[in-house]
Formats: sequence, structure tokens, C-alpha cells
Amino acid sequence: MESLIKIKNLKKKYGELIAVDGVSYEVNKGEMFGLVGPDGAGKTTTMRMLVGLLNPDEGNAEILGHDLLTQKNLIKDEIGYLSQRFSLYGDLSIDENIEFFADIHGVKNFEQRRNELLEFTRLTPFRDRLADKLSGGMKQKLALACTLIHKPKIIFLDEPTTGVDPVSRRDFWKILSNLLKDGVTIFMTTPYLDEAERCSRVALMDKGSIISCDTPKNVKDSMHMQVIEIVCNPVRTAYNMVKASTNYEVQMYGDRLNVAVNNYEQDYPIIKDLFEKNSIVEIDKRIITPSLENVFIHFMNK
Amino acid sequence: MKTIYEFIIKELLQLKRDKKMMAVIFIAPILQLILLGYAANMDVEIIHTAIFDQDKTETSREFIRSFEKSGYFSIDYYAESYDEVTELIDKAKTIVTIVIPKDFEKKLNKRETVSIQTLFEGSDGNKSSIALGYIQAVTNRYSQNIVSDIKDKYGMKLPIAGSLVPEVRVWYNPEMKTRNYMVPGIMGLILMITTLSLMSMAVVREREIGTLEQLIVTPLKSYQLILGKLVPFTIVGFVVMLIVMVIMTQWFGIIIRGSRLFLLFASLLFVLSNLGWGLLISTISKTQNQAMMISVFAVMMPMIYLSGFAFPIDNMPQIVQYITYLIPLRYFITILHGIVLKGTGFSSLWPEALILFVMGVGILTLSALRFSKKIE
Repeated sequence: MESLIKIKNLKKKYGELIAVDGVSYEVNKGEMFGLVGPDGAGKTTTMRMLVGLLNPDEGNAEILGHDLLTQKNLIKDEIGYLSQRFSLYGDLSIDENIEFFADIHGVKNFEQRRNELLEFTRLTPFRDRLADKLSGGMKQKLALACTLIHKPKIIFLDEPTTGVDPVSRRDFWKILSNLLKDGVTIFMTTPYLDEAERCSRVALMDKGSIISCDTPKNVKDSMHMQVIEIVCNPVRTAYNMVKASTNYEVQMYGDRLNVAVNNYEQDYPIIKDLFEKNSIVEIDKRIITPSLENVFIHFMNK
Repeated sequence: MKTIYEFIIKELLQLKRDKKMMAVIFIAPILQLILLGYAANMDVEIIHTAIFDQDKTETSREFIRSFEKSGYFSIDYYAESYDEVTELIDKAKTIVTIVIPKDFEKKLNKRETVSIQTLFEGSDGNKSSIALGYIQAVTNRYSQNIVSDIKDKYGMKLPIAGSLVPEVRVWYNPEMKTRNYMVPGIMGLILMITTLSLMSMAVVREREIGTLEQLIVTPLKSYQLILGKLVPFTIVGFVVMLIVMVIMTQWFGIIIRGSRLFLLFASLLFVLSNLGWGLLISTISKTQNQAMMISVFAVMMPMIYLSGFAFPIDNMPQIVQYITYLIPLRYFITILHGIVLKGTGFSSLWPEALILFVMGVGILTLSALRFSKKIE
């Protein structure tokens, strides 16, 4: 497997705050890599360093075989970057926005490529509309089209679906999977763990460090625990009881608890006993495969 | 090269779409010039006058008539007491009150010297001093007439007193109209306001909407970005300049005596430093509002005050006068006055032009360096 991005001990501080604390990992060709974590984990800072908007305090990276610190200009020709804000010229039309980005990338005869991209993002009917007059989802797709006009080998997407409605979000993911088919490597950040599940590999990031970096399945397996989902009533009392009287990791989701245990046979009776003593009614229970969310919280608590 | 060209096209397109901005850029200067052209008029045309005639004789009335005849004085009030005079002054009804003493006729007949008291409402010092000049002129003529009357009447030989009569000839602005002097200055002001504030906001706007970041990630070089911003605003500056020149000549009838080509060339030099300042402000500001406030209060207002447009530089304290040497507008206004009023050309205005060029290139280079360093 050829790795297109090699991150080596990248570090960035903002005064006292260490935003990114010496992270290292690699992103392979043709994969969709997800950098996952809560707000303030250092995801955006990492990405901004990789696209050349921020200079790292320490460490380096190699992107498409070019050195990030010394060959920034070579990298710029071959990557695309979609910032969180889908920055576009609101007073230019869809066509004009794409044309402008084609021009500054030095793309000649961009018309055909533009038509493809508009077709691909289903923006063709709106091509003469000003960007300011587009919906959030359409803005996002236009911004993506602008970053794709010069056929980049890697695209960096910073929380691309934040603030986009669910339908547009699904559309967007379809577009991304088509890009993957074309061999584009995607590096994205996301705070949503359901989106992370769709990535070929993820890096879980928290407080500037990488907690785990693997395929979603391997990450989940690495937890080596079973998760029992218990629907019960009153759920808040149950949550507080489990939290106070046992060492189990417990999360509350609406009317149910997810309790992570080492061994169902041994641990479940303890919980059941606790419930009975406190007159909590158990309505239903089942063993579920841990979600990335379970895993994330498990690792964060460690 | 092509990239810069495309960037310029994009800028002009955006400008064209921004209807409000277009109105501000092209209509505001016209209104400003017309308004200021009329408002910035310090000529004193009518002096509102009150008379306190204590003498009330044939001679005193004749003396008052000589003021009326001069055409500058409008005698609005006749006061009967000093209290009334004070009240008129307090209420700013008159600029000047002339008090004729009781023994006016008697003394004159005895060929004695008479003193006339004139009281000024001096809150506008400029106006009062002009009024004073007129009063002296009228009084002088009146006393000369008395002398010649006496000569005629009595055929007396009066002692020969040499009298000097200055024959005043005003060059360059023969009507001595403040407007002729102010309007070229306003032209400089408008050119500065338009180009400086446009430039300062343009770069910050890209930062505000996030496109600046997007541009940094592309292979676009910072010099291409800067040129892409400079050229469109230089074009805008020139169009504004042409509009203002047309109004100056057609509306106000102020003739440009010197070379229009040199005027435009000097404007280009002046625009350089404005764009440089604008770019510098945009490297300091985070938002368009900040950029606007900084350019108005920290840059443009001091420049206007120190340029000699509003107050004569010669009247400023020495230390402040040194500071004015750093103000590009000062040199541009000198050039404008030179070309428009005096018809002087490059041969006598080249030092100012050279200074503008050096300043423009200097500040532009400085801010361009600061800008590129900031985005890398």
C-alpha cells in the first residue's frame, strides 16, 4: 500500500495550549481517511498544517512525496482543500466561481471539466445563480466542485457536513464515494461518529493526541469488551446507580443504557441484582456490537 | 500574467455586482464635490451691519451712505443705545456695528480727527478681519473725499502728504474665490478616500468570507493577488478622477490651466501611496468594519488635516509642519493647485511628483512584504 501522506511528529501550540501534540500516522492512496474527535481535539489544526495554512512548531509531513516545509508550492498544485465555511464568492455565480478557481489553478479548457463537475454535483440547473442565493447543501457542493476543478490527487475536507441538512449530507457522501472510485484520496475531519464508520480508516483524536488509528472495525475490536444495551425505567436512577456502585463504563441513550463489560456471564448478574435492589424495572436487554461512540468514550475515559 | 488578468476581471465583476458600493464609489464623489464646492466658500459677500449714530447729522448720514454704496455692507439695524448694540452682538445678528460719535460733524468741520468705533462679533475671525478690511477701505475713501472737498471749497493749499496707493493684481485666482482654491483640493481628497478605503476593505473582505484562506491553498502567488487587487482599484480611481475633473470644469467652470495628462500622471503616483496604505490597513484589520474605522480615523482624517487642505501649513507649529512632509496628500494638493490654478507643469512640479512616486513605491513595497509574510 502506497502512503500519500506521512505525518511525522506534528506539533502545534497556541501559547500554553497544545493543540496538536506530536502526532504521527500515514494515509494510504485511494482511501477515505477520517480524523475523528470532539470539538477542540486538534483536528482542524492538523488539517490546516497539512494544507499549508499553518506552520507546525515541530515535526513535518510528506505529502505526495513532497516535503511540507520546503516544497509547499509543489504540494499546492496537487491538493484540494474544503474549509469548514465553504468559502465562496457570494456575488459570483456558480459558473463564475468554478471558472475563477480554474483560472488561478491554471487549468486550461476547463469548460468540459466544469460541466462534468456540475453534472456530478447536480448543480447544472442552477449554474447561473449567485452563490449567496444557494442553500447550505448547494454551497457545500459548489465549494467541493471548486476544489476539484484542477483534478487534485488528495482532497482535504474539514468537517464537510457540519451545518448541512440530512438529504444533502447523503448526496454529498454519494459524491465522495464516486470520487473514491476515481482514485482520489480523501482526508476528512468529522465530529460525527456515524460518518467515521464510513471511512476506510479512522484516527481517533482527543486533546491533541491520537488515541487509536485503524479501520473502524479494528478500532472497535481493540476495545475487547462487550456492550449490553438495557432498556429500563427509571433510566436516570439506573444510570446513577451503575455509575456509583460499579466500575463499568456506562452511557445513557434516551430510554436505555449502554454498559461496557468484560464478560457478560459474570457481569450481567451484578447489574441485574443492583436493579432489583433499587426497584428499577428492566424492560429489555441485548448484547450489541460496540459502536465507534462506545469505543471513543471508552478510550477517552482511560 | 493570465492569472493576474483573470483576478482583475473577477474583482471588476464583483464590483459591478455590488450596486450599493458602485453608488458609493461613483455618485458619492459627485455629490461631495458639489456640496463641498459650494459649502467650502470662505468669501465674505455681504457684511451684516448695525449703525449706532449718535450724531444724527447730515454729515453722519452721508458717511453711512458711503457704506451702503460700497455694495459689501447691508445695514440691517439702527441702534439707539449701547445696550441695543450689545444685544445685537450677543444674538449674532450683525458682524459689525459702527458707532458714530456725537461730535462727528462738529469735529470734521473744525478739521479735527474723528475716531469711529467699530465693534465686531469676532467668533468667526476670518470673516471679521475681511470686514475690517472693507471698513478701512470705505473710511479711507471717505476721508480722502473730505480732504479734496475742503481743497475745492477753500482753494487752500494743504501740506503735501505723500500717499501710497497699492495697485493690487492677483495672479492665478484673480477673483480670489476660495472655491477655485478648494475644489482642486477636494479632488485630491476624493481620490484618496475612494482608493484608500476600497483597497483596505477589499483584502479584508476576502479574509472575512474565508476566500483568502482558500486562495492561499492554491498555487496563486501573493504578488499576483496584490496586483490583482491593485489594478482594478487604480482603474476605479482614474474613473473617479475623470468624473471629478468634468464636474470641476463644466459645473464650477474652473479651467485647468496646465496639462491634463500630467494631472492624470500625478494622480497615478498619488494612487500608489493610497493603495499602499490601504493594503497596510488590511494586514492589520480582521474585519471590514475595523478596516473602515482605521482608514477613516487613523489614516485619512489626520492626512486631511495635515495636508494643508483645511488649514494653512504655514500656520502650524514647526514640529507639526515637519510631520506634514510625510503626508502624500500635501504634495498632491500642491501639484493640483499648480496645474489647475497656475498652469505650471512638470518642470516646476517634478520634486513633488518624485516624492509621491518614492512614497508610493515605498509604502506599497512595505505593505506588500508584510502581507505576503502574513499569509505564508
